[in-house]
Amino acid sequence: MRWFSWLTSSAANTLVDPVSGRKLYPIDGGIAFADYHKQETADIPIRNVAMPSHYIVPLRVNPRFTARPIVDIGARVRKGEKIGESEGKFGVAVHAPTSGVIRDLGQYPMTHVSGLPALAYFIEPDGKDEAIEPTPYRGACDDTDRIRDFLQQMGLAGLGGAAFPSHAKVASSPVKTLIINGAECEPWITCDDRLMREHASEIVAGACDLAAAIHAQEILIGIEDNKPQAIAAMQAAAANHGTVTVVAIPTIYPAGGEKQLIERLTGIEVPYGHLSAEFGVLVFNVGTARAVHRALTYGEPLLERVVTLTGAADNPGNRWVRIGHPIAELIPEMAPKPEVDRYLLGGPMTGFAIPDLDAPILKGSNCIIAASPALFPPPPPEQPCIRCGACAPVCPARLEPMELYWFARAQQFGKAQEFHLFDCIECGCCAYVCPAHIPLVDYYRYAKSEIWEREREKSKAQQSKARFEFRNYRLEREKAEKAARAAAKAAETKRRLEAQAQESHAEATASGTNDRDGAASPSAPDANDAAARKKALVEAALARARAKRAAEATEPSGENRE
Amino acid sequence: MLTALLVMGGIALVLGVILGWASVRFRAEGDPIVDQIDAILPQTQCGQCGYPGCRPYAEAIAKGEADINRCPPGGDEGVRRLAELLGREYKPLEQEEAAAKPKSVAVIDETRCIGCTLCIQACPVDAIVGAAKQMHTVIDAQCTGCELCVAPCPVDCITMEPIPESLETWKWPKPTGSSERKTTETV
Repeated sequence: MRWFSWLTSSAANTLVDPVSGRKLYPIDGGIAFADYHKQETADIPIRNVAMPSHYIVPLRVNPRFTARPIVDIGARVRKGEKIGESEGKFGVAVHAPTSGVIRDLGQYPMTHVSGLPALAYFIEPDGKDEAIEPTPYRGACDDTDRIRDFLQQMGLAGLGGAAFPSHAKVASSPVKTLIINGAECEPWITCDDRLMREHASEIVAGACDLAAAIHAQEILIGIEDNKPQAIAAMQAAAANHGTVTVVAIPTIYPAGGEKQLIERLTGIEVPYGHLSAEFGVLVFNVGTARAVHRALTYGEPLLERVVTLTGAADNPGNRWVRIGHPIAELIPEMAPKPEVDRYLLGGPMTGFAIPDLDAPILKGSNCIIAASPALFPPPPPEQPCIRCGACAPVCPARLEPMELYWFARAQQFGKAQEFHLFDCIECGCCAYVCPAHIPLVDYYRYAKSEIWEREREKSKAQQSKARFEFRNYRLEREKAEKAARAAAKAAETKRRLEAQAQESHAEATASGTNDRDGAASPSAPDANDAAARKKALVEAALARARAKRAAEATEPSGENRE
Repeated sequence: MLTALLVMGGIALVLGVILGWASVRFRAEGDPIVDQIDAILPQTQCGQCGYPGCRPYAEAIAKGEADINRCPPGGDEGVRRLAELLGREYKPLEQEEAAAKPKSVAVIDETRCIGCTLCIQACPVDAIVGAAKQMHTVIDAQCTGCELCVAPCPVDCITMEPIPESLETWKWPKPTGSSERKTTETV
């Protein structure tokens, strides 16, 4: 595979971006679509949306972290007020999107393919939209640690889709190259395009803030060349900044994937399990860069994002939507056509049909597509793999999708891992070209979650084993301690008896020989008496036990219980 | 003829000495096969196999005293992995209905607990806290769902409750082969 891709790419090695004059590096695979469906929304300015009847603000901010709720039910909150505390390495703070009253803290449907609920605040707006006093960043612009903590408190997370906490990226400085991702390679989505056209200067300012924080020497803004207006706007905004270069990259899906963009711009291939920062590169989405600027300069926490509303709709376009806005109340904004049968979150390649429309918009929710059978016809039935190999050349991660498919299907997850299952970015190119219409990505996701499940089980088994072994050790130790105590007691008694015997012997010798009979006679009946008493006690106890057993035998034991 | 015999005998002697030395020098500590079996077992320590814990069962399997299909928590996959490791024939689980149970944790009804400590003594992983005449409770993160605490309870206040599915434990379903689940659309 590798030598083959090297051969085919050697011709493209001389690729140069005409806008910046920068050398571009080849990437493998990918698909150039005939129609990107960007024209439906790309020329419509971003608008605001009406306030919904309620907000559902989830405390689960990413798969690794759920924030700790810090506001009581019934409390009044204002816009921007912190309601969820961040803890740990990957946590970010959660803020109230508007002023209003916290009505509930509980399990609400989540924007997730499973439709399972997660912990969230239910906030009823009071319509005043009062904000708290903003607290802009006051420290040095290159104080990485303070900026990291500040971004964590401002709830900054990647707006590109994965919602990776931004402060965790900043913490991994120093970095040579900062890449701002404006590629937006997936069809239908135009939120980054619009943001670049309308807020270019803020994006560039945010990029410069980030570059200062992570001590980056150069800033590359990568934009696909099907967005000429966005490129022009960004170039105009970057004109006064010497370190910022706007780079137009060829339009091919998935050029906007983090690893693909890094490779395209710098030629560095980041292996699985490593952070790009280890190779001197960090990538932030354009929306994240703007949000960083707003947070540092104006003290605004991350409360809203641009969401593309598109598909079979009469009023499509991009909207400013606050985090927690219920999707059901956002859909009327785009006036969906009557034939719409489901709504997709994200693009058509990586997105999923939203199982519960009561779920809210999250930090990573970039697009809602109203899907109609005409626009997105139901896929033809899955047929057996014919091993044509069409999936391999389009894979941007240089994997062998058909092998992974076979291993996932046969539940040979170890083999799938050997074939680098976790390098798969789930872009969907393989499934798109598959002539047998096999939902390949679903198989990879299935295999990945099975492997994670096994990891969880394994770690739990190890923990249980350690606890079991410690318990056995504890029981042994207690037994040994008990035996030691009993032995010590026996030794003590023996010693005392001996001492007593010696004493009485001494007394006897002291009181003289004629009294010996008199001294011995009272002690002998004493000893006999004690033995007899003990024997009687033991017999009584045994009789009691026998009586009890007999009673139990006559009554069925279950009746004694409740 | 004599030379040949001497040469062959000499080689045999030298190799014998090397082998003898190697068997002493590179002696494997313990019984690694027991560890390998133990690693496959789920460590619930439930005793459903008839042995007091996973390790004793692993030792019994290694000695050939026990069959490989007596561990319901390990499930069908556990039997398959044991069969693969030991080169034995795969057998369906002995107690199949036990394996079909959903993953559960023990829950103590704290209003009914009389504080007798019997469940604490029964728990193989020390996942129950409490003291004599004090209320007991289960640390659910440590509970292996072995059910050993249920029987000893004199007031029957312990129940096994299935672990609900959460976003953390949710798994992608295996594609069924029909086009129902397909999320990737044609553009």
